[in-house]
Amino acid sequence: MENLVDVKGLKVAVRPKKGVEIPIVKSVDFSLKKGEVLALIGESGSGKTTIALSLMGYARQGCHIVGGSIRVGEHDILSMSSGKLLKVRGRTISYIAQSAAAAFNPARTIMDQVIESALIHKTSSRHQAEKKAVKLFHELALPDPEHIGERYPHQVSGGQLQRLMAAMALITDPDLVILDEPTTALDVTTQIEVLNAFKKVVRERNTTAIYVSHDLAVVAQMADRIIVLKDGEVQENSTTQEILIAPKHEYTASLLKAMRHDRPSRDWNTEKRLGEKKDTPLLEVKHLEVEFVKGIPVLHDIDLKIERGQTIGVIGESGSGKTTFARSIVGLNSRSKGDIFLDGEPLSDTLDGRTKEQLRRIQYVFQNADTALNPKLTIGAILARPLAFYHGMKGQQVEERVAELLSLVQLPVSISDRRPTELSGGQKQRINLARALAAEPDVILCDEVTSALDTVVGAAILELMSDLRKTLNLSYLFISHDIRTVQSICDEVVVLYSGAKVEQAAGASFSLAGGERLPRHPYTDLLINSVPEMRQGWLETAHQSCSSLPIIDATPADESLCRFLSRCSKRINGTCNQTEPSKLSMANGQHILCHLEYADISGANENVVNHASAKPALESYQ
Amino acid sequence: MNSTIARLIVNRLGIGVLTLFIVSIVVFTITSLLPGDAAQEMLGQSATPETLAALRAEFGLDQPVYIRYIDWLGGLLSGDPGTSLVNGMPIMELIGGRLPASLKLAAAATLVSVPVALFIGIFSAMYRGSAFDRYSNMFAVFSVSVPEFLIATIAVLIFAVNLGWLSALSHISEDASFSEMVRAYAMPVLTLCCVLVAQMARMTRAAVIDQLSSPYVEMAMLKGASSIRIVLLHALPNAIGPIANAVALSLSYLLGGVIIVESIFNYPGIATLMLNSVTTRDMPLVQACAMLFCFGYLILVLFADICEIVSNPRLRK
Repeated sequence: MENLVDVKGLKVAVRPKKGVEIPIVKSVDFSLKKGEVLALIGESGSGKTTIALSLMGYARQGCHIVGGSIRVGEHDILSMSSGKLLKVRGRTISYIAQSAAAAFNPARTIMDQVIESALIHKTSSRHQAEKKAVKLFHELALPDPEHIGERYPHQVSGGQLQRLMAAMALITDPDLVILDEPTTALDVTTQIEVLNAFKKVVRERNTTAIYVSHDLAVVAQMADRIIVLKDGEVQENSTTQEILIAPKHEYTASLLKAMRHDRPSRDWNTEKRLGEKKDTPLLEVKHLEVEFVKGIPVLHDIDLKIERGQTIGVIGESGSGKTTFARSIVGLNSRSKGDIFLDGEPLSDTLDGRTKEQLRRIQYVFQNADTALNPKLTIGAILARPLAFYHGMKGQQVEERVAELLSLVQLPVSISDRRPTELSGGQKQRINLARALAAEPDVILCDEVTSALDTVVGAAILELMSDLRKTLNLSYLFISHDIRTVQSICDEVVVLYSGAKVEQAAGASFSLAGGERLPRHPYTDLLINSVPEMRQGWLETAHQSCSSLPIIDATPADESLCRFLSRCSKRINGTCNQTEPSKLSMANGQHILCHLEYADISGANENVVNHASAKPALESYQ
Repeated sequence: MNSTIARLIVNRLGIGVLTLFIVSIVVFTITSLLPGDAAQEMLGQSATPETLAALRAEFGLDQPVYIRYIDWLGGLLSGDPGTSLVNGMPIMELIGGRLPASLKLAAAATLVSVPVALFIGIFSAMYRGSAFDRYSNMFAVFSVSVPEFLIATIAVLIFAVNLGWLSALSHISEDASFSEMVRAYAMPVLTLCCVLVAQMARMTRAAVIDQLSSPYVEMAMLKGASSIRIVLLHALPNAIGPIANAVALSLSYLLGGVIIVESIFNYPGIATLMLNSVTTRDMPLVQACAMLFCFGYLILVLFADICEIVSNPRLRK
């Protein structure tokens, strides 16, 4: 078959106003047959999105395509005038952006935007285009396909927007579709549905596609061929099967290894605790409830204990209340019910009500170091601030301590004169951590600290945190949406769903790689099953096990009912939609909030030590 | 329209009324604090204390402040802001004689300046860094920094004195023809536009540029949309809120701030009326004018708020 796309010697560079050109894509060649799905994979800065965009003759602000040739069908993209390019974009080649939430115009209806390219390129009348869009909505398994187009982007979920964007890309029946990290911003449980919808339309329409991603496991589900990129150069170009089973290039092998790595080399969990176990836990949360709007709790009766030197993980999808939980511990959100104790002493609801000493002992590391660090201050000044505030340090003392802190997070002392914008993402996250360490805290709350980083950089941060825990006897509350990270470093993991703690179990038990699986809360099961595995065909089997829900009667609106009811594949009519779920405690220390008999979840019954009936309310299992 | 929008608008109206009330207190207090009063002003330095007291009693100036305030506020609410202390005419009549002229000038300046400003703002945003953008930027800085009396005087020098196309005075009779009106308004409107257009164009440019750097604009480009389509259909609907606010703030200047233009062109507007009433210590007139300016300002801001609410689909649905 003839190639649809031929790229030869493509070079893209950043051309600053002054100084020399910085190449970001260095002479890339590849080609693509009709009906093939090609993946571009690499870490951030590898040039994968830049290459994908240059296929449309487009370079982002500051970038310039400086050499090579690109042929798509009969079009020689790089020799076309900007007027001619407009005719190709959205017609011959269409694009699915990473964040659908940002790529949809908030002020226009979804239908207007979905059919816009059909109207621009006059491929069909408005009426025909709308009919076709509805058909695509059906194919993409969108809810209410007849009317979803009348809504505005803020009225549908992120996963739905991503599928709507696929409809937008396919409305003109383009020869080539570019998917730029289309599921990266989604929760794993949503990702699996979106991937499945994509895969179905791509197969059915025999679409030629380029799939850009950093996630080999996702790519393995979608692509026929994979190109591995690093620093703007092609490392390897082979079929998906070859890459997964027998990678030729060293870098590919290291990527595979980093991603297959279920547990880091240093085992966090089995390390011997340094501190002596006392009777009172370091931090204890009892029956915590938080409301932003009166009467609607976003966190629902949450209990948690953190011992000295322990790492507790919190996982859940976006909106499950992970960050709110951490913010109310640290005092940034006030609570409507419940108590928090630090070393047995009750902590006030607000920041103002806490002593400086209490503030010092609980520190928070924010998700995004870019926004958490003041860009106008030098690193030295950023770190000096908590030293002066908590410890009253001055002058020479501060300098010495800043140097110590920097060496603690494995950065050179010379960095203290620089500003956050001059540092890499990983370095900024280290400073973010050092800022928390400056207070000499007992417990650090880490909110998605590795989510914005590449796998390899993130792994280094985790390694550092593990070392610090040992040397400083720190405790961590580690928030993440990524089950792989959490299970590898946490002693215990709490699963939040829609503000309720549905399960708590030992971190090691969440391991994805083989072994015997514990009985789980149905949501935890779904979460674990939704993490893509690095093998072809995973998507098909996984999706089967997640679909088809038992039919139940209409559910009364009651805050106390199981929150997972509407998505649970194991729900029981007459029980789950009638009574409050109960808290089960197992002999192995696992806690589950569910109606199901343990036997129903696992097929084995002998571990149950305490299973009280749903109502009256149980005693806390703490 | 739905309940959310209705609630928001009612809310804004409530805030507007409250603001007017607070302004009435402030205006009344400040005018009461000004040294000298109308009685003194009318009778001059040689007046005896007795005649002064008699005149004050006649004007009600001997009453305690809060009583005068309540009387005055009651009068305002019932549509009677009192009579002028200087010439005894009802204030309604004085303002009524000037307000239409002021509104006409404001309307003419608005009709010219808003489209020009939007055009300049949008185009300089679309072609950022181009010659058009640079020159319009230069024009904006220039016209904001040159005082308007200078612009007005130069305009008079060129168009009235040297070229003789226009009259230096903008006085128009009731039955003026369209061309006479255009000739009369040309120079005051030109002067006002220099200031207004610059402000509005800069704000519009900033608002549109803000939208043009958003991911959905990049998406529209990758759908093959032309730059006109991108600006009109994608960027502008999201920029309406900030643009409406910029326009409202600039236009509020047209009521009270046109004093220089009115005096140079001898235009019988309301700003001159207020200035005169301040010099003659005609407090009821000063107060009424101040309240009127505040009212006009609030109407404009309310209008901008409503534009912002209605253009936001998150509030609309």
